[in-house]
Order: sequence, then structure tokens, then C-alpha cells
Amino acid sequence: MWLVGKLRELFWGWRPGVVTLRYPLEPRPTPTGFRGRPKWDHHKCVGCGGCADHCSARAILVRDLCQELRVLLYDGSRCTYCGRCADLCPEKAITMTQRFEEATNDRVDLTERVELYMMTCRRCGRCFDLEITNALDRLSLRGYRYDNLEYRAVIPMATPSLSVDLLRRTERYQRPESLEIRGLSQEEDWGR
Amino acid sequence: MLAKLARKAFKRSLWIYHCNAGACNGCDIEILNVLTPYYDVERFGMRLVASPRHADVMLISGAVTRPTLPLVRRAWEAMPSPKLVFAVGSCAVGGGSWFDTYHVTGGADKVVPVNYYIPGCPPRPEAIVYGVALALGLVEKQAAPVELKQMEFPIEMYERNEAWENRHVIYQLLED
Repeated sequence: MWLVGKLRELFWGWRPGVVTLRYPLEPRPTPTGFRGRPKWDHHKCVGCGGCADHCSARAILVRDLCQELRVLLYDGSRCTYCGRCADLCPEKAITMTQRFEEATNDRVDLTERVELYMMTCRRCGRCFDLEITNALDRLSLRGYRYDNLEYRAVIPMATPSLSVDLLRRTERYQRPESLEIRGLSQEEDWGR
Repeated sequence: MLAKLARKAFKRSLWIYHCNAGACNGCDIEILNVLTPYYDVERFGMRLVASPRHADVMLISGAVTRPTLPLVRRAWEAMPSPKLVFAVGSCAVGGGSWFDTYHVTGGADKVVPVNYYIPGCPPRPEAIVYGVALALGLVEKQAAPVELKQMEFPIEMYERNEAWENRHVIYQLLED
């Protein structure tokens, strides 16, 4: 009688065949809607810092190195992959990728550093991006930027060494039209 | 002779001690999931053992809370060397959402030296298998630090701002 039981067990064990995944030897697709490591699109990002505000683990830190340079530091070691940053990004610059193979022997491998070039608004002294895709920048191109010349002295200019050649060499850089119209030299504009 | 043979045959069979240091059980379920026949890590020669004295590898899940801190330390000291420590899950890797709260040490690497980090909240079973296979040398490391720039800036500006960065360190835990 015990043999019949064993045979039945063997039969039931035989039927499904091998179910074990050959995972590390062959790739394994992720299910749809899986949230892996977030990815920044630094051309879309305007540097509003909303992701840093709403990150529940405070994995995203925003630093302003100077008036022109804002740095987004993403520390993936404590990221919980909740996808909140991707949800509320107004420019949809953050996407949750399907990457989950993030095991590493160094925590630095999980970090991400996004350096954003912020154009300064001469009226309010705050920064916004140079992209023409957002409404703020479309405002800036129509003479909103340098219309108050007295106020420019108040705003700290953090980068005296910022040369115009660097800007010119940058492919995405576009000179605002209003400068040429008013005849301001570039050195005068950036050197202050 | 026999010892040499055994060393060759069992060269890569890791015995794992699973240490829950205040986890929410999400990572623990995934670790147990890895041991099921579906994601079978026993084919790599891994076994879950009950005592740290038998183990080669310690899997820490959970941000190490204040009550579990001396126990984790004792379990780590009880393991015979050479020993490996894996931090599984966001809490163990960097502290998770509780990285700076009062009752949490903020990551397993503040307590014991961690060799491998497996992030995720919880990590997929595949991610744990991947981390284990990475330790065995079966797969290549895929994670790398990402640096994105909208524009190239002069280098001296970085040097000047690094001093500012060092003066204003935020989220540095107090050391006693």
C-alpha cells in the first residue's frame, strides 16, 4: 500500500515538470507597472524640487551650488521605489524604469547626480530653466528678464568665472533676444 | 585529501543566516520566497541555517533598531570568519524612510560591515537571486553611479562650492 502512495506522489510530482526559473542565467521580464530605479531626464527637468519635497524617504536632495547651478542628488540606497516623484513631476522628467538588478557592493553605485543649469530671473532673483518648453521661459524670452537694471546689483552673482564661451559651446543654450536688442555686451551681462 | 575534495566541491555553497533587525516582514517573505522551488537558490548550494555559528552569510533585513542593535552585533561576532553580510531591502541598505529617526541606527552598515547591498522595498526575489549570484561571481554588476549634466561648468567652481558643501552637511547622524 505504501508503494501506491509513493507512486501517486511520483506521478503528481512528475506532471508539472521543472518549474524552477533559470533566472540569473537567463533574463526575467518584469510585470507591467513594476517600479524599478527612477531615471531622470535632465533635458526635461526644470529643477523645481517637487520630487525632493515629496520623497518619503528623503532620497532626493536639492542643492544650489550657486545661482546658475542646481544639483539634484538621488541617494538610491534608501529609496523605497514608491514612484511618487514620477507621479508629481510636472515635466514628466522622472520615469520609473524596469531595472531591478541593482545589487552592488558599493552604495555609491546607487546614487544619481543631476546638474541643472538654472537661468536667473533678474526681477525676482530666483531661478528657472532655460528650456523654451515651459510657460515661464516663454515669458522670459519676451523681455521679462532684464527690464529692471537697478535690481541686478542686488542679486548675488555667484560665478564670476563663468565664461560666455562655455555657454556658447553648449548646444542647448540660446541667447535671449532681448540682449541684442538693447545692445548690452555679453561680458557686461555675465561678469557682474 | 578529503578536506581538499570537500573544499573543491563545496567551494561556493553559502550557508545563510537570516537576521531580521526590525524589518516589516516584507523582505523576510521575499527571502523565504527565494528558497522555494520556483526561485530555487538551493541549486547554488545555499541553505538557511538557524544558528549564526554555522553560517557564512548573514542576510540583514530591516533598519537596525535600537533594541536589536546589540543582538545583531553579537550574531555577527558569532559567525566564523570569513563571513559575508548582505543588506536586503531599502531599510538595511540605507535606513529606508527611517534613516534619521531616533530609534533606528540607519542602515546595517552602521552596525556591521556590509559586503553587498540589495536595494528594493522589498526587493524582488529575482533581485535577491541576482545579488547572491553577484556574490558568487555568476553575473556582472550592472549598477553604476549616474551623473547627468545640462551644461559643463569650470572646475574651480566645484572646488569653491565643495567647501560650502562640507560646511553644510545635512543628515549626518550624531556619533556618541
